[in-house]
Amino acid sequence: MSKEKILAALRHNQPEISALPVNLAFERDESINLVEKFRVIAEGIGSKVYVVAGLEEVAALIAADFPEAKRVLSTVAEVVSSAIPAFELHEDPHTYADVDIAIFKPRLAVAENSALWITEDRMGVRALPFITQHIIMLVDKNTLVPDMHAAYEKIGDTDYGFSTFIAGPSKTADIEQSLVLGAHGPRSMTIFMH
Amino acid sequence: MSETIKTHPELAEIFNKDEERVDWHDETLWWIRQKRDKSAHSIPEWEQLRETASQIKNNVLSDLANYLLAFEKNAKANGIIVHWAANAEEHNQQVHSILKVHGIQQMVKSKSMLTEECHLNEYLEKHGMDVIDSDLGERIVQLAKEPPSHIVLPCIHKKKEEIGDLFHIHLGSPAGTSDPQVLTETARQHLRETFLTRKAALTGVNFAIAATGEFVVCTNEGNADMGAHLADVHIASMGIEKIIPDRKHLGVFLRLLTRSATGQPITTYSSHFKKPRKGQEMHIIIVDNGRTIQMGREDFRASLKCIRCGACMNTCPVYRRSGGHSYHNAISGPIGAILAPNLDMKKYADLPFASTLCGSCSNVCPVKIDIHQQLYKWRQVIVKEGYADTSKKLGMQLMTFTLSSPTVYRTAGKAGRWVLKHIPFAVNNQFNPWYKHRDMPEAPAESFGEWYKKNVTDK
Ligand code: SF4
Repeated sequence: MSKEKILAALRHNQPEISALPVNLAFERDESINLVEKFRVIAEGIGSKVYVVAGLEEVAALIAADFPEAKRVLSTVAEVVSSAIPAFELHEDPHTYADVDIAIFKPRLAVAENSALWITEDRMGVRALPFITQHIIMLVDKNTLVPDMHAAYEKIGDTDYGFSTFIAGPSKTADIEQSLVLGAHGPRSMTIFMH
Repeated sequence: MSETIKTHPELAEIFNKDEERVDWHDETLWWIRQKRDKSAHSIPEWEQLRETASQIKNNVLSDLANYLLAFEKNAKANGIIVHWAANAEEHNQQVHSILKVHGIQQMVKSKSMLTEECHLNEYLEKHGMDVIDSDLGERIVQLAKEPPSHIVLPCIHKKKEEIGDLFHIHLGSPAGTSDPQVLTETARQHLRETFLTRKAALTGVNFAIAATGEFVVCTNEGNADMGAHLADVHIASMGIEKIIPDRKHLGVFLRLLTRSATGQPITTYSSHFKKPRKGQEMHIIIVDNGRTIQMGREDFRASLKCIRCGACMNTCPVYRRSGGHSYHNAISGPIGAILAPNLDMKKYADLPFASTLCGSCSNVCPVKIDIHQQLYKWRQVIVKEGYADTSKKLGMQLMTFTLSSPTVYRTAGKAGRWVLKHIPFAVNNQFNPWYKHRDMPEAPAESFGEWYKKNVTDK
């Protein structure tokens, strides 16, 4: 069988054991303002960032920014209203193909690259953060970490079926290196930092 | 060299016919290289990150058999079906049989250099299956019936007008469109339809975590996720070298990958697939295809540390001015020139010579592969095994002679500068395939050595 063949070849050809680096601690500038760093990076990669005092400001800003949106849904109970219905689960992910705006609450926000860590249980269904035309993220300032090392420290060995870091709207520069936002996933990302 | 296969200098000559395009290609890639520099320089611990990544990969290679077993065990416990493929043929058969079992004839595929290496698309098409590449650049080269010319930027060799023509013919966009925004929107609509109708999706794997049995796929477009989360069957193909021990090591690699590739702080999506979703079937195919042999070549083993960021291509003066297709291999550029001869030394005997050995590749490599040294070592192996043609053999002997003695090196340098200045055609001739169609650089009046000596003694 191929498995045995591959493993046998490896055991024969592998070099002598070379140790894993034990120390994954990197120097970090602790004086950095994480909110500010996050905002600058997020805007630099095409996200829109609002720093708000509370989530009650969110609905009006969404209404103003997306007057044409038809199907809006929220996986976050705090912002559900008559204008923003709650996410309802359908097994078939194709039923979300016409969603204009989907609202989520990621678990972590990474200042160095503005990536937002969101596990499956906060997505509604896995396809939703990708299939929606626009994505809105409600980020609690307390979930900010400086970098990816700190992020994985927090993530630890938590269990999930699927999880992802999302940084900004989907994008491509495949045509002559001109940046275009809205490749296959969301055309825009709006972040409410509270 | 066989008659049917054109060598790197021959193919580079074709690419070099359009001088303006070569300049444009060269400048675009250099611009990406500069973005990489800017991004890397903004991280004070960059060199420490590279060293750590290199050590992690060294450890992985030294214990790969056990890591693969752990990965398999954990992936299975997560509900993923694991397959092992000794070579490209077996990998392709496995994909085919998974599709057959489900009665699926159409598949959407996100970027996977491994499936390019295995020529999966051709195989499936021969068996009546329809495969659509969903990465925009890959879709473009697929429509053009070409292979990707770069591992990260598949259609970097194409002008927007040519892409407009392709979309006009195949996707029905209006003739003469060349606005990237409009063209991307056309592809978005076309591929959305594809995502919504395909029952099977294949993705590549950037990292596979031994300790948790999960795998990570990085894209900017969101195409891997669109495919995988909408399909009933998700197949992920990975080379055996994609393993990393623990989740926390992702922190190191995800910080390095895109900063090295394009200068971005991270890809838009870094998706961690751990378990199939309810009702979905998830497969992983672990592929060898020559990697265990490379593992046994002590001098070239380190090439298996590669995380496919493309930085060595962007920085390579030969790649930039000869184009990815001149390497006639799925993976082009400096790293491709090390990997390819392992698969077929005769067919790819020309590739390790497609380098100036300037070392820029090794300087940018995020996992510290000694790329240019390996290229030099391949040359020696290829000459010894009798696969090099005569002009290269002569050049090699001269070079070995020149590098073997500091005096000869200094004299040769002096002579070289004199020759460049006074009789450029002596270098620019048919025995030196690298100088065709290239204006020789102006020779500096004095070498660094001479300058240094003078300036230091003058003080
Ligand atoms: S060899 Fe190094 S620089 Fe080149 S693609 Fe691989 S990781 Fe990147």
